[in-house]
Parts: sequence; C-alpha cells; structure tokens
Amino acid sequence: MGLAPLMVATALALVAPASAQTPPNVLVVGQIAEPASLDPHVSTAANDFRIAMNIYDGLVRNKQGTLEIEPALATDWTISDDGLEYTFNLREGVTFHDGSPFNAEAVKFNFDRMLDENHPFADTGPFPLAFFFSSVENVEVVDDLTVKFTLNEPFAPFMSNLASATGLIVSPAAVEKYGADYGRHPVGTGPFKFEEWQSNTSVVTSRNDDYWDGAPSLEAVIYRPITDANTRVAEMLSGGIDVLLETPPDNVAQFRDDANFEVVEAVGPHVWYVMLNAKEGPFADVRVRQAVNYAVNKESLVNDVLQGTAEVSAGPIPPAFNWAYNEDVDPYPYDPEMAKKLLAEAGAEGASLTFYVTEGGSGMLDPVPMGTAIQADLAAVGLDVEIETYEWNTFLSEVNPGLEGKADMAEMAWMTSDPDTLPFLTLRTAAWPEDGGFNSSYYSNPEVDDLLDQARVSTDPDERADLYKQVQEIAHEDAPWLFVANWKQNAVVTDAVEDFQLQPDFSLVLRDVSKQ
Amino acid sequence: MTAYIGKRLLAAIPVILGLSIIVFLVMKLIPGDPAQALLGSYATPENVERINRALGLDRSWPEQYVIWIGNLLQGDFGRSYILNRPVIDEVLERFSATLILAGASLVICSVLGILAGIVSAVRQFGWTDRIVTFFVLIGISMPAFFLGLVFILFFAVEWRLLPASGMYAVYGGGDLPDLLRHLILPAGTLAIVATGVVARLTRAAMLEVLRQDFIRTARAKGLTENVVIYRHAFRAALVSIIPVLGIQAGFVLGGAVYIETVFQWPGLGQMLVKAVSTRDLLLVQGGVLVAATVYVLVNLLADVAQAMLDPRLKA
Repeated sequence: MGLAPLMVATALALVAPASAQTPPNVLVVGQIAEPASLDPHVSTAANDFRIAMNIYDGLVRNKQGTLEIEPALATDWTISDDGLEYTFNLREGVTFHDGSPFNAEAVKFNFDRMLDENHPFADTGPFPLAFFFSSVENVEVVDDLTVKFTLNEPFAPFMSNLASATGLIVSPAAVEKYGADYGRHPVGTGPFKFEEWQSNTSVVTSRNDDYWDGAPSLEAVIYRPITDANTRVAEMLSGGIDVLLETPPDNVAQFRDDANFEVVEAVGPHVWYVMLNAKEGPFADVRVRQAVNYAVNKESLVNDVLQGTAEVSAGPIPPAFNWAYNEDVDPYPYDPEMAKKLLAEAGAEGASLTFYVTEGGSGMLDPVPMGTAIQADLAAVGLDVEIETYEWNTFLSEVNPGLEGKADMAEMAWMTSDPDTLPFLTLRTAAWPEDGGFNSSYYSNPEVDDLLDQARVSTDPDERADLYKQVQEIAHEDAPWLFVANWKQNAVVTDAVEDFQLQPDFSLVLRDVSKQ
Repeated sequence: MTAYIGKRLLAAIPVILGLSIIVFLVMKLIPGDPAQALLGSYATPENVERINRALGLDRSWPEQYVIWIGNLLQGDFGRSYILNRPVIDEVLERFSATLILAGASLVICSVLGILAGIVSAVRQFGWTDRIVTFFVLIGISMPAFFLGLVFILFFAVEWRLLPASGMYAVYGGGDLPDLLRHLILPAGTLAIVATGVVARLTRAAMLEVLRQDFIRTARAKGLTENVVIYRHAFRAALVSIIPVLGIQAGFVLGGAVYIETVFQWPGLGQMLVKAVSTRDLLLVQGGVLVAATVYVLVNLLADVAQAMLDPRLKA
C-alpha cells in the first residue's frame, strides 16, 4: 500500500506552515456576520455600519467615545431661530476615493436619492432608514461649499441622525457608475478606502493617505465575517483575528485572565426591558407594575445570567446619553417583601400572567435565560407567569401590533442614536400600535406626552436635557416597563493593538488605532 | 440508457417546480417579512409598507410567484432583498463552496470507508475488525458539530496546526494549498459519520460476497488472495456499495449545513439558514432550487452507475 505514506506526506505538507499570524500594521476584525450592503443608506445593520463608518464621513460625527456632535465634512453650521433651517459650511478640498469632488451638490444628491421617490437613482434603494430624515423638506445648494436643509417641522434629533450611519455621504459619481450594485463598490471620503469584497470571506480596506483628518496609522483593515460565536472565539485564540466583536458573556472572563488579550468595554445607548400591558389585566394597576420592578433581582440578572456584560437599568433613557440622563433616578431595589405588599394592596396576589419571550434578536442579549430568571423571581412573590417563546421575526409581528387580548408582558430591547427615539416611539399615547407607534403596552400619561413633544422641537440642548430628565422621573414612578438592563458592549483585542476604543453608538472608529 | 436518463431528468422538473411552490408558500405563511427583518425595531406598519412597495412585495402571492417563474425562464433569478445582489451570483458562489466541502468529504468517506470495510470483512472478528467496528460506532454515534468543535479546540486553538474557520486565509492566501488547509477539518468532520456508514455496509457486502461459490472457485484456481479480494469479491460487492455512496452524497450535502456554520464555511447551507431568518424569499427559492436540482442529479448519477455495473438492473 503506497497510499498511506503519500497521505501522511500530504498532511504534513499542509499542516507544517503553522497558522500564520496576522501581518503587522494590518488589522483583522472578526465581525458577527457577512455585511449585507456597504451602501450606508441601504443597510440597517450595526454590523455593516462598523465598516461603513471607516469608509465614509458624515457632515457631522460623534466625538470619540461620546454622543456629542462635532464637525466632520461640515466645518460649522447655523440653525435658524424657528429651528427649520440648517445651513452647513462644507470642508474645502475634500475628494471622494474615486477622485470626484465633495461639495454641496454631492450632499444634495445623497439626501435626494433617499427621500425623493422620483430621483433618477431612487431605484438603487430601498432606503429602510430614510425616515430618519423624513422631516427634511428640501436640500438646497447655496454655493459650492454651502448647503441648506429646510425642515417641515422643528426636529431636535436631526443632528444626531446626521451623525448616524444613515447620514454618511456617498460618492454620487460611484452611485451613477455602479447603480444597484453600488453597495458592493462603496466610495466615500473616509480614512480607509474600499479595496475588495470577497463574498463570505473578507472585506478589505486600505489607508487613505489623503484623509482630511490625517492619514491613519494602519495600512489596511480586513473585516472577516464569523457568524458562530464559538468559532469567533476560537479564531481569536488561534491568532486568526486581532479584534473580536461581541464576545459571548461566557468567554469574557477567559480573555480577561489572559495577558495576551485586552477586553474593551463601553456603555451603549441600549435598553432591555419588559413591557407591561397597562390596558387590561393586573398591570393596569400601577402598584402591580411597581411590584414586579421590586420583585425581580436585576443585579443577579446582569451579574449571573449576563456575566457582567450589562448594567442595571433605571428607566427608559440609557446612561449613554449622559447629557440627557437623570443621575438622581435610581433603579428599583430588589425587595420581594415590598413587592408582596404592593401586590396585596392591589389585590393581585397569585395572578396568572402571560409573558412573550423571544429566542433571540437584535440587542436582545440572552432572552430565554433572562425570561426564565424573571419568571422564577415573580413566582417567588406569588405571581404565576407562563412563558411563550417565539422566533424573533414572529415575535415582532406578535408584539408590534399590541399586546391586547394576548399577553401581559413582553421582552424588548432598543438601540438608538438619540434620547428622543425610544420614549417618542414607545411611551407616548399617540404611539399606540393603532396609530403606528411601538407603544404596544398602551402606556399613557399626558404629562409625558407633553414633555416629549416639547423636547422634540427644542434646539437648546440644556432645555432638552431637562425635559428628558423629567420624563425619566415620571416614567420611573409610573413603571410602564420592568426596567432591566443597559448592555455594555465589549470587544477583545490582542496586545499588539493600541488605542482601540468602542463607541457608544455601537460603531467602530479605527482611524486612530495602531498595531505593532 | 440515454432514454432512461432523459426520462428521469424530465420527471425531475415537476418535482423541482412543486418544491419551489412549497418553499414559496411556507415562506409566505410564516410570520414576518423581509421589510420587518430589515427594519427590526423600526418596523412600523408604515415603514414596512414603504419597503414592501419598493421590493415589489405588495403584489398578490400568485402574481409574485408568476413573475418569479417568468423571470426564471429567462435565466433571471431576481435580486436578494437583503443582500441587494443578484441571487444567481450569490447562490453559485455559495454552492461551489458547498460542492468543494461535500465533494472532499465524499472522497474521504468513500476511500476510508471502503478500505476499512474490506479490511474488517477479510479479517472478520480479528483485532483489525474490532478496532474498525469500534471507531465506526463512535463515528456514527457522535454528533458531527460537537466533533467539529473538539477538532477546532485541538487543531486550531491548542496546537495551532490548522485554521479554525473560513475557506481561504484573508491575506496572502487563495491558492490550492491554502484551500486544502482550510478544508481538512470541516471535510474530515463531515465525513466521519458517512465513513462509518460506508465501512459498515462495505463490510456486510464483502462478507456476503466472500461466502459465494465463485470466490471459492477463484481461490481453487490458485489466484492470489489480493486478486480474489480486490478483483473478484470487491467488484461484485461494488454493486451494493454504489447506491450507498449515492445516499451518502445526499447526506453530506445535507450535513454540510451544520458543518458550514461551525467552521464558517461559506456554503449554501449557511446562506440558506440566514436567508430564511431574514425572510429573503428569492434567495431561499434560488438556493433550494439549485440544491434540489443537484440532489436529483446526484441520485440519478448513482442509479446510472449502478445500472452500468449490474446489467440485470438495466431493463
């Protein structure tokens, strides 16, 4: 049998060059999925935005590590007193990676393509998140380097939305060239240029030497999709990637204890909560809603179930919006006795409750174990909770039309770019499902409605901050939700990577990162 | 033979069409649509409607299906809603990756399985037979995805001998040795169960044949044992081994779904899992259609091979 030696020889030849380490000055990022599109106006996934944020710039951006606005492609701007006109002065001498110039015309092209169904390149969409800019009435070219947005109503979150991935500016020339395939041939003005996209293997980008904000130190960044979390961890341990995103909670400790790696964490504008049906059943009584907030041991949820990858939440606005966050509102303490007392007062002892739990979904962390832990805590105060589990898409189509007649509680999580978004869509009376909002648990408080309406039109950040702080206080008292957790994002980097930082908006900013 | 193949191919067309209707209906009946998957938390009825209009999903089901078939007949599989890319490009790219993986594991399971089966049949109840039977049992009873994780742990993480995932290195790779290095673990894992099955059935088939008169005759003629076993006995046993390989081909194609996920192999199975969860209808239909067609072809090939080996089946 001559076969065996031959096989051994082949095997040795293949195995011998031990797994190559990643090359110096090239950062390999382990992503959670293959990107869907690198057209930032078409995509909706945080996963895609992590790449897009490094290829493109917006008119404005969030300051590193914060959610405060700073200039990017616009050097400065003025807002009219009625809050309807935003005039931006654009940065001079910036060109897209394809050599075409960045100017007011390009800005107009970007927003018209998204917002005007009759635009010649409207068919390069759909643009799912274009409604971020639905208050924009028109975009006007004042001169080559000045552009004016006119809104149909004052809309305070406008600047935050411009700083989000949906506000990134793409090259009109490239859209014209590639049409519907533009999403696979992205061209921006950002610190890294798109090189190639090998399907399901990698997206390669290289340093933009002419970057207006100074060329980055990394020569190239390669994004690798690795959907399975265990495999992603294995790749990190075997040296196949330099950056591991979204480490499973169970593995965080392992990397923390290993000197070859560094665990990076940051808060995120994320809230994980359980909505409580206020229209019917036991939760129509505010005392029962407060009781469940006392009954659930959230410390144990974030520390044991989520292994410290989240923090206990106090209300509907996450602390990542530090300027609008009310420090004086503390989370409900774990107090089962208090819970029992409130339940007795409300006459709700021994109530049976239906609880919708999802198997997984964007921002849902570990929804099944979390749901079960909540069920156990509620059982301890005498509430009989029955869990019904759904796959994410099914879950959304059950929950979004409203809980009436179906369930008393449902899990939910949101990640947003502005403190307005979540309460505006989920807590106002005018956001009940029949009116097209996400207030699926029918919370209603005229005072909250009023505060949110005011905050939306105010362009004075201090005044807005004060209004949101009041919302936080009232919502905490009214307890429309069981407030559970704010997720801390995490990433693991090898010790060769320097100046790596996570951003509170879940994007990835690599322009200042270096690698030995 | 040509008429037989033609008839079988024609018979496959209604099967594949029927399958496409079933897939279409199932995808329509499960809740949630691509717009909802795209928009996630932001899926207000208004936004969902806007996106559905843009994707042409506001038309009636039969209309959507007919448009799809009409385009298909002109060779147009449509564009994936989520990836915003021609379905055919994505499916062919993915499918070639699956074929490489499934093909390699089919080769592994055929060669190792048949060799192990023959050896253990010839030395029935000897120690070789016992060892082979032992490993066959382990191979058959261990879940492949679990073995996959164990292999990754040792070969990639602990010993750093082989890459943990992917099909090519993301830098400086892309040649054949690079592909083979990436192929060893997933193809080996995928082949384990199939190897066990092939070994077992080869052993049974060989034992059956070795008892027959013509083998005794061959031995009586003074032929060497190797000639008796490999030229006479194995040849006769092959008739019952070939259909097993056909079934295993289908099995590895199906099993590839798990393995592709564990090893991040960019194949069709991995694509389909994701496309279903994002309700990417055209991509699912295109993928299923191609997979079903190949499945039919593989079975046809196995039948033809068997017919050629055993003239009695030709009728």
